[in-house]
Amino acid sequence: MTPANETSTSIANNDYLVQVNQLVKHFPVLQGLVIERQVGSVKAVDGISFNITRGETLGMVGESGCGKTTAGRTMLGLYPITSGSVKISGIEVNKADRQQLLTIRRKAQMIFQDPYGSLNPRWTISGIIGEPIRVHRLLKSNKERNERVHELMLLVGLSPRLINRFPHEFSGGQRQRIGIARALASEPEFIVCDEPISALDVSIQAQVVNLLEDLQDQFGLTYLFIAHDLSMVRHICDRVAVMYLGGIVELAERNELYENPLHPYTVALLSAVPIPDPKKDRIRQRIILSGDVPSPINPPSGCHFHPRCPLAAKVCSEAPPVWREAAPNHWVACHVI
Amino acid sequence: MDHQSLLEVNDLRTRFHIAEGVVYAVNGVSIKVGEGETLAVVGESGCGKSVTMMSVMRLIPMPPGELASGQALFRNRDLFKLTENEMEHVRGKEMAMVFQDPMTALNPVLTVGRQIGETLRIHLGMDERQSHDRAVELIAQVGIPDPERRLSEYPHQFSGGMRQRAMIAMSLACAPSLLIADEPTTALDVTIQAQIIELVKRLRDDLGMAIIWITHDLGVVAGLAERVNVMYSGFIVEEAIVDEIYEHPLHPYTHALLEALPRIDRRRDRRLRSIPGAPPNLLVAPHGCPFAPRCDYAFERCRQENPQLELIAPHHKIACWVDVSTGKPR
Repeated sequence: MTPANETSTSIANNDYLVQVNQLVKHFPVLQGLVIERQVGSVKAVDGISFNITRGETLGMVGESGCGKTTAGRTMLGLYPITSGSVKISGIEVNKADRQQLLTIRRKAQMIFQDPYGSLNPRWTISGIIGEPIRVHRLLKSNKERNERVHELMLLVGLSPRLINRFPHEFSGGQRQRIGIARALASEPEFIVCDEPISALDVSIQAQVVNLLEDLQDQFGLTYLFIAHDLSMVRHICDRVAVMYLGGIVELAERNELYENPLHPYTVALLSAVPIPDPKKDRIRQRIILSGDVPSPINPPSGCHFHPRCPLAAKVCSEAPPVWREAAPNHWVACHVI
Repeated sequence: MDHQSLLEVNDLRTRFHIAEGVVYAVNGVSIKVGEGETLAVVGESGCGKSVTMMSVMRLIPMPPGELASGQALFRNRDLFKLTENEMEHVRGKEMAMVFQDPMTALNPVLTVGRQIGETLRIHLGMDERQSHDRAVELIAQVGIPDPERRLSEYPHQFSGGMRQRAMIAMSLACAPSLLIADEPTTALDVTIQAQIIELVKRLRDDLGMAIIWITHDLGVVAGLAERVNVMYSGFIVEEAIVDEIYEHPLHPYTHALLEALPRIDRRRDRRLRSIPGAPPNLLVAPHGCPFAPRCDYAFERCRQENPQLELIAPHHKIACWVDVSTGKPR
């Protein structure tokens, strides 16, 4: 039961399952009706680097539009990479041939945010969960496949009696379980969980999070957990990366990050999260950031955060900060601290 | 913390008649808010928290909705006995509402200025010039920079946080005595949520209005409300002053909900305690305690008889047959 206790992570070993190096994903902004020309680009992900150790859960947090979802999708090859590289299980995603790509698709899976939009409403549960098995030709006969779907349903806490039902007959929490069963069907090593609990009620969130943890223990899974719920990320993740406007501004082990945040954005973000304790909440020092996140089409010069930063100095608008290790295993990109 | 009574809802029951049968959305809810008081109504989706407030505002379409019983006394006037015409003068002027999704609550083809001005012209009889000037003031008051220019823009030109500010400006237009905020920060990022909560707190203190804040997020409420009502399946199951709810939750549901919540201010010490099962089907007429099927403490009586909300400690009411501290029937 490794991830269940506080002392779980040792990041010292170099058994990296996922290696991301200077990953960039830009989307073109087109203009013109008949003859389209590119007038700019949305710099959704702008040069991020990190590794994920086998069996680890890496959290990725940030506000909407910071590029965390795009990062997850690009890593799995769902969007073509603009530049940089992603290596999963030793295979480089953007250089993979057909056979290798198929391997990555089997070993790396995704769980989506919207339990309503991510299941085909015309397919039965059996079809949905059985699809990866069929695509990857993991089991030959229908009978074997059905047995496997049964097994997967039990694994995620769904009654196999419901195997021939359709998605609309399930609640949000149950649908998320179906999505998890589908992700598990191809026996993956790495799962990108893209806000898997954001659409669920509090009492159901805990069920799904506990399920994800049990599955991780059972199969030694590695997770990239993308979320905006910072409390849940502290609970479930071993290390946490904070993104702002396409870049990672800080990356550290969870307790280090939450107890000793260095980047002014992380500090402000953490201070904005409400605490379910009235006495504590009343005396808390809140840093209210002014304004909104700027557009990723024309991000501010230098450090992208400088127009909203309470500590901004002259250098911050002139040059982008260097990504450096400010304390052991605590990485940050900031000129000032 | 004693406030003069502003709104008193008694035994409200709202149902919906749909093809599949009757939805028992609100099943006898009583709520009190004093002048200038901040009350939070907390519950998960489908617990009836929004329907309760929509019923009070008389915004439930009937049919399919039906008001089976209840009374809503606003400054001792029963809102349910007013004519539609009289109600229109209450809505927006004396009590205003802010919704979760500012994009659907704003009209996309009218400028923001026009929509704020409309409230002022209808309720306060202002002319074009006066309403424009007042709208500029309001927009500035909620912290939107460059108010003159922003007023001539359309809702799609506003970010989510700015739209919610515009909605708040609109609801404040007539200085209402009661603001009903229905999950106003749920669609927003935490940093923007913090901005909006600070804004609402400031306006509340400046204007002395009462607030009913509807939410599913126990975290948001902790620093904002004076009193909390917890709803489950169309019933209020616990009601207490805010410190009591968080320090001594007495209803098993509230207790379980707080245990299911991860904390940003603490190191992880255990797995999350999850609540098994799912909320009840509202198409079945309530029988017994609605939480009994998911409750760790439930015994025979819970399945037969639904407990009424009763005072069991100062400023603290619960609807439960069990004493959670001992796990035995009270």
